[in-house]
Amino acid sequence: MPLRTEPITINIGPQHPSTHGVFRLRATFDGEVILDVEPVFGYLHRGSEKLAEERTYTQVITLTDRLDYVSSMINNQAYVLACEKLAGVEAPERGMYLRVIAAELQRIASHLVATGFLINDLGAFATPLMYCFREREKILDLFEMLCGARITVTYMRVGGVFQDAPEDFWPALKTFVKEMPIYLDEYEQLLSENEVLLIRTKGVAILSTETAINGSVSGPVLRSTGYPWDLRKADPYELYDRFDFEIPVGERGDNYDRYKVRISEMRQSIRILEQCMQQIEPGLVKTDVPLLLRPPVGEAYAHVESPKGELGFYVVSDGGVSPYRLKIRAPSFINLTILRELVIGLKLADMIVAFGSIDVNMGEVDR
Amino acid sequence: MPSLLEGNALFRGIYCWLAANEGNSGPGPCGEALRDGLLPVGWEWVAFFAAGLGIVMLLINVFLLLVMLYTYMERRLLGRFQARLGPNRTGPFGLLQPVADAIKLLTKEDLVPAGADRLLFNLAPIAMIVPVLLVLAVLPFGENSFLANINVGILFVVAVTSVNTLAMFMAGWASGNRYAMFGGMRAVAQLVSYEVPVVLSIVGILLYTGSLSMVDIVEAQRIPFILLQPLAFFIFIAGSSAEMNRSPFDLVEAESEIVSGYHTEYSGMKFGLFQLAEFGAVLVTSGVMATLFLKGWEGPVLPSHLWFLIKVFFFAFIMIWVRATLPRLRIDQVMDFAWKFLFPLSLINMFVTAVEVLVWEEPTLVQLWAMVGINLLVAVVGIVAFSFVFKRRGLSPSRVTPPLVVVEGD
Amino acid sequence: MYGLGIAKGFLLTMKVFLRKPVTVKYPEQRLKQHPRFRGEEFVWYEERCTGCASCAKYCPLGIIKIVTHPGDQKPLEGGFYDIDVFDIDIGRCMFCGLCVEACPYDALFMGSGFEEGQYRRDDLIITVDRLRAAEKHPSTWFRPQLEDSGYDPHKDSPASWEKVGRENWPFHLSSRPPGPADSDEGAQE
Ligand code: SF4
Ligand code: SF4
Repeated sequence: MPLRTEPITINIGPQHPSTHGVFRLRATFDGEVILDVEPVFGYLHRGSEKLAEERTYTQVITLTDRLDYVSSMINNQAYVLACEKLAGVEAPERGMYLRVIAAELQRIASHLVATGFLINDLGAFATPLMYCFREREKILDLFEMLCGARITVTYMRVGGVFQDAPEDFWPALKTFVKEMPIYLDEYEQLLSENEVLLIRTKGVAILSTETAINGSVSGPVLRSTGYPWDLRKADPYELYDRFDFEIPVGERGDNYDRYKVRISEMRQSIRILEQCMQQIEPGLVKTDVPLLLRPPVGEAYAHVESPKGELGFYVVSDGGVSPYRLKIRAPSFINLTILRELVIGLKLADMIVAFGSIDVNMGEVDR
Repeated sequence: MPSLLEGNALFRGIYCWLAANEGNSGPGPCGEALRDGLLPVGWEWVAFFAAGLGIVMLLINVFLLLVMLYTYMERRLLGRFQARLGPNRTGPFGLLQPVADAIKLLTKEDLVPAGADRLLFNLAPIAMIVPVLLVLAVLPFGENSFLANINVGILFVVAVTSVNTLAMFMAGWASGNRYAMFGGMRAVAQLVSYEVPVVLSIVGILLYTGSLSMVDIVEAQRIPFILLQPLAFFIFIAGSSAEMNRSPFDLVEAESEIVSGYHTEYSGMKFGLFQLAEFGAVLVTSGVMATLFLKGWEGPVLPSHLWFLIKVFFFAFIMIWVRATLPRLRIDQVMDFAWKFLFPLSLINMFVTAVEVLVWEEPTLVQLWAMVGINLLVAVVGIVAFSFVFKRRGLSPSRVTPPLVVVEGD
Repeated sequence: MYGLGIAKGFLLTMKVFLRKPVTVKYPEQRLKQHPRFRGEEFVWYEERCTGCASCAKYCPLGIIKIVTHPGDQKPLEGGFYDIDVFDIDIGRCMFCGLCVEACPYDALFMGSGFEEGQYRRDDLIITVDRLRAAEKHPSTWFRPQLEDSGYDPHKDSPASWEKVGRENWPFHLSSRPPGPADSDEGAQE
């Protein structure tokens, strides 16, 4: 006699230890196997795009800090690039270098968070997370030197950065660049060959390049499928055409590749930082753009390679002091849409890991 | 005086003080002065009972104090493994942290979810903690220090600890919460599976000692069994950490997946009891491991109780270390590990040991060392060979085609 | 072979175990803040403030409340208004510093502390009296003249309004004060 079974539906989230914010997954299980998942967004919706319409162009920078709060520098960067396009100004070279330095530091910090939480989702009791946060803390210290804040930086301005870096920033950056590869080696020693991690992540939640491209996925998730698409190379903004770096790609697009791509990207970021430190020269850090900017009527779109993927800002100006419309292309939001394809047929535990390996940030998803 | 409890000085003291008994005379704390006890003749059983109660109370309280110490130690050491400090605010070095935790748990509201099965829900924490305390009865924690040296000691331990499965399932089922039910389901699957290799790994030891009594096992260890039975030790430590839900087998309460598994819905001291049972289980299992594999209380110079404690905390330290390092396995991998890896290995270990015992019936020390060599070889070869097989065959595929489930609404 | 990777991990955790922890015991030991740290309490110099309310206008959240009346001559340039109310509601402030950036007279500075916890929400409003009475440890954020003088708000004594000085070169435009400004009195030496 066959047993009568029934699928179970569980709401994972909005309050759950591993939803990386407030995110809800309505998942249907057959035992431990996932039959269906349905992501439910919107618990962290703050209406950033609408709020931007009644703030001046400079004040909107503070809003972008809070989109993806683990990579605020890069949000700043994308927004000011869009505004610069709109206003037709260009940042001076030193300003751009400082922006690149800040952005690459932020990329390392964000990848550290992603890696740490991914391993935490795998069930290592917070150890790799703590190690990652140890290094992230050093980056945040550097940010504090640059701009006085650690998370919500408000560092960049339309036309450059608000102020030059202090004297003691450079030696600190040098030490960091020297030490960071050692710590990266440590992570790899702890994680990359750990069999438990390998059998949990290798070959699990495989994403094919076609699916990824069809789903408009970008960033490390796309690169892990073996497709070398990086806006820093594909459409070099700021000074990225001056640096020599590689785009690490994965082989199969499984959880392990996504982890590995992030680790390799951190190494590339360090390479960029080193080159920045060699190339940077004294000079202006900001063109003279008034605090109360009034760009001409028009529209502009600028995109950058954020740690999560292609982050784009589309700004429309009606000639006033605040944007007429601001649209944010949030990579986390778009990457999250492939979660369903990834996890159907997997076990509950793998779904959590797959979700962690996409590395979304709810602040950005819900905006 | 009942001979069973003769070994224990405290017990004898209480007993003699209460009971008027012919047998009281003799060496020890019951001298001539105590020949006439407080109780009339014929009421010795009360004295027996009272003495037993006294010592049980003492033992449990000391044990719970040790558990508190252990929770503190676990948190501090985990902190150090993670490059941070760990609790250091309450009392000197944060030593009072467990006390503060207990007070906090006691003053918390005791919630019972509306959909819960009240009786089972309330019973589960008790069913969880009792087996842990029961194991203490047969654990020899020092020279001549044990509550009962029953001749089926290790069997008793195995039997009693498997009640935990039931408690977890009760908690998971009775909570009326789906996360808890997941936890309960996982608990049953995992704990029952791991029972098998653990028990089989003990069999190897029993073949050497020829006795199930814990005291006999300690005394039979001319060479610590950790050397003589390395494979068994490996299986035992892996299996028992799975039974205690320790990392990397902590699926039952996998925090990142099912919130906290079977005790998701518990709050206040009921939750505290679960925690107590879990941390207690670590200590108890370390105690059993020390007894089985590391000569129990025996050791030079230091007093025997201290030696026992040192060994217990040594094993506890190893478990903390493991917890700080390893990620968690998936449920199917955990099951594979039990049935495809540990189970055959434990059979091999049993077979090899049986042959050895057959060949050398009364082994001399040299022969014992020969056995150590053979067993180490078997352990290494066995583990390596099996990991190759395991690796090549691969684990179960991560993605299974979802079965077509047809549910009729009714 | 299985196990080698795990063993490596064990070695690493043991290595970290033997190292010194990176965290500190907070109230007794403190990490050093950079002088640029944007702290919670604001530093405001009434002697310099003209009551122009640029700061209030540029605050993205509009949490600075200024009430003025025409007053006597101020010790410094342009001062014609006396301040009645200058409230900053730091319960809603996000410490972006735009108000400091907007102040044309260098009268408003970010603070340097971070321990502004209060039991009641109302206590989080920094009133004008509190601003007047507070010990002044201005952050060097956006005030390069302070930074050049090597002032460290976490160590040095409170800075008076004369000491904090005015910036007299377009600092944000360059990494060094350009030539002519150098010859000026410039930052307080
Ligand atoms: S720091 Fe920002 S939020 Fe706070 S008062 Fe100044 S402008 Fe407003
Ligand atoms: S901007 Fe400066 S001068 Fe004007 S009111 Fe604010 S603090 Fe005073």
